[in-house]
Amino acid sequence: MAASKGLKILVGCKRVIDYAVKVRVKPDRSGVVTEGVKHSMNPFDEIAVEEAVRMKEKKLAGEAVAISVGPPQSQETLRTALAMGIDRAIHVEIPLAQLEKLQPIHVSKLLAKVCESEKPDLVILGKQAIDDDCNQTGQMLAALLDWPQATFASKIEPSQDSKQLRVTREVDGGLETIDVSVPAVVTSDLRLNEPRYATLPNIMKAKKKPLAKMSPDQLGVDLQPRQEVISVEDPPVRKAGAKVESVEDLVGKLREKGLVK
Amino acid sequence: MQALRRVFALNQNASWTRTVLATQQKSCLLSSSSILDIGIGLSAEKRQIQELALTFTQNEVAPHMQKWDAEHIFPVEMFTKTAALGFGAIYCKEEHGGSGLSRLDASLIFEAIATGCVTSSAYLSIHNMCAWMIDSTGTEEQRAKWLPQLAPMSRLASYCLTEPGSGSDAAALKTTAKSDGNYYVLNGSKAFISGAGATDLYLVMCRTGADGPKGISCVMVEKDTPGLSFGKIERKLGWNAQPTREVVFENCRVPKSNRLGPEGSGFGLAMRGLNGGRVNIASCSLGAAHASLLAAREYMTVRKQFGKQLAEFQALQFQLAEMAAQLVSSRLLVRQAAQSLDSGDPGAPAVCALAKLHATEQCFDVCNRALQLFGGYGYLLDFPVQQYLRDSRVNCILEGTNQVMRMLPCS
Repeated sequence: MAASKGLKILVGCKRVIDYAVKVRVKPDRSGVVTEGVKHSMNPFDEIAVEEAVRMKEKKLAGEAVAISVGPPQSQETLRTALAMGIDRAIHVEIPLAQLEKLQPIHVSKLLAKVCESEKPDLVILGKQAIDDDCNQTGQMLAALLDWPQATFASKIEPSQDSKQLRVTREVDGGLETIDVSVPAVVTSDLRLNEPRYATLPNIMKAKKKPLAKMSPDQLGVDLQPRQEVISVEDPPVRKAGAKVESVEDLVGKLREKGLVK
Repeated sequence: MQALRRVFALNQNASWTRTVLATQQKSCLLSSSSILDIGIGLSAEKRQIQELALTFTQNEVAPHMQKWDAEHIFPVEMFTKTAALGFGAIYCKEEHGGSGLSRLDASLIFEAIATGCVTSSAYLSIHNMCAWMIDSTGTEEQRAKWLPQLAPMSRLASYCLTEPGSGSDAAALKTTAKSDGNYYVLNGSKAFISGAGATDLYLVMCRTGADGPKGISCVMVEKDTPGLSFGKIERKLGWNAQPTREVVFENCRVPKSNRLGPEGSGFGLAMRGLNGGRVNIASCSLGAAHASLLAAREYMTVRKQFGKQLAEFQALQFQLAEMAAQLVSSRLLVRQAAQSLDSGDPGAPAVCALAKLHATEQCFDVCNRALQLFGGYGYLLDFPVQQYLRDSRVNCILEGTNQVMRMLPCS
């Protein structure tokens, strides 16, 4: 690890429908309603941004750059990241026509291209976006770059010999600790940290921080969709259950429905 | 009905308020989301500031609104958190810790916080007003001493003008400050002082000279000064998350170096403070009306009678439309008043008075109508609109009654 200058970190942030919004399916069932709906930074990405800023404060990192792939409004998301303490931002603007069909494979290719020029030591992404719940971009990015990956991170610290990163991962069986060499891709999980609020002075300072724009064409990435959404529907309405009086009744009912022999 | 209670009861976590406040686009009612967009007409930069205040409110203020009211808690810890974001001295210069922002920014912040607790936002605005009075009129020593404490809200301030015998006729105040060497000796009492007993610094308008406004000076009195005491905590219809008490001076000796500005300038300073104070209080009313209107709209899509959602009855849709007109017109006028102050427009005091008059009355009416739309549930303390109603009622009275607000533009 570049001990004196600190790591250079690239943080991904995605603009998504705010978690508290009651999402509605469009009448033509082609997707969900996004127009006029409150959007904010993907919560896992907020955690990623916070971690990058903390690593800077701990002098583990020297520079933190935020990147967002999305529509013009993604700039608001980037400004939030800047106000939390990120040094500069990159916006890869996606034309509206291609926005709905954008998939993690495209995003990871765009990020990989940016990594070629930015040469970060560490990429931190949210583990998944709360709109599509894909949980793919981090893993695909690591594969494209042939970098090690540490997903679902709940803790990031220097390894014992300070030459690697020691990442604690939240997995189904509990917590797993691994050492990864940099450069690496890490994805943030819920308990990694609690993001700070921006402050008014930081919001004002962020106005002067650089925000560069790029296009997928400039990066030479093809956004041809690989998947076609056939329809989007509401989850089925929950059916009423039935109460039983005794265990015998329960077993009887289960037998009736063919659920036990 | 249990389901309805659970959906709307305040006891829920922050997500209830957040859901209501986040749901911009909606049903058949007011299909254009831009009407109720709290950021209407604002630049991206202003929206970012407003967004910060709203997020903070949803997480740290709204979930506690009901409890603070029921248990009469003055949420000092929450104020410290707001100060950490820069909300303690929003329009004071940055030199000593102020945020160096505008009256419009302040209005956005107070409106946002009021969507989560009108009372707390109101106190925050009073504290900001006091900090500004010191910042704009104080000597270098006074500013250097007090602003570094007021900006982070490690010390809190109260504004003392009203007396038992002088409310609207503020210039008739009787609290005296007699000169005694390097000290003033204060005698008298102030009434209805917000935060009294819980705050640390009292900006007291008192009589150092002859009768009338020109004999009034502003003197800062620190808590624990001998001769300073407080009356009982008043029992109020609303603003329960804030102690309101009489402040009593009995031969209270205050160093003359605590005087803000020259002798005789106190009344002018108090009035200049109130111009901003009126924009701020009006902004609190906006927050109350905004939250109440959204709550009512949400309720109308859930509650069904006669086989239909309330939202499908035209009479009720018209109610919402009228409430929207009341809210948005108030909002635009308040923000214009803020901008008039920011641009140094000599006509600003009249615009501020008009904005305070219009917004506090219209927004109280919006809360009242929202309560009606909730039907019987609106009357229960479990549901939030009654608190927005009770808390916003006093906004028509303090910082200059709405009757005085009618006088100012005519003078």
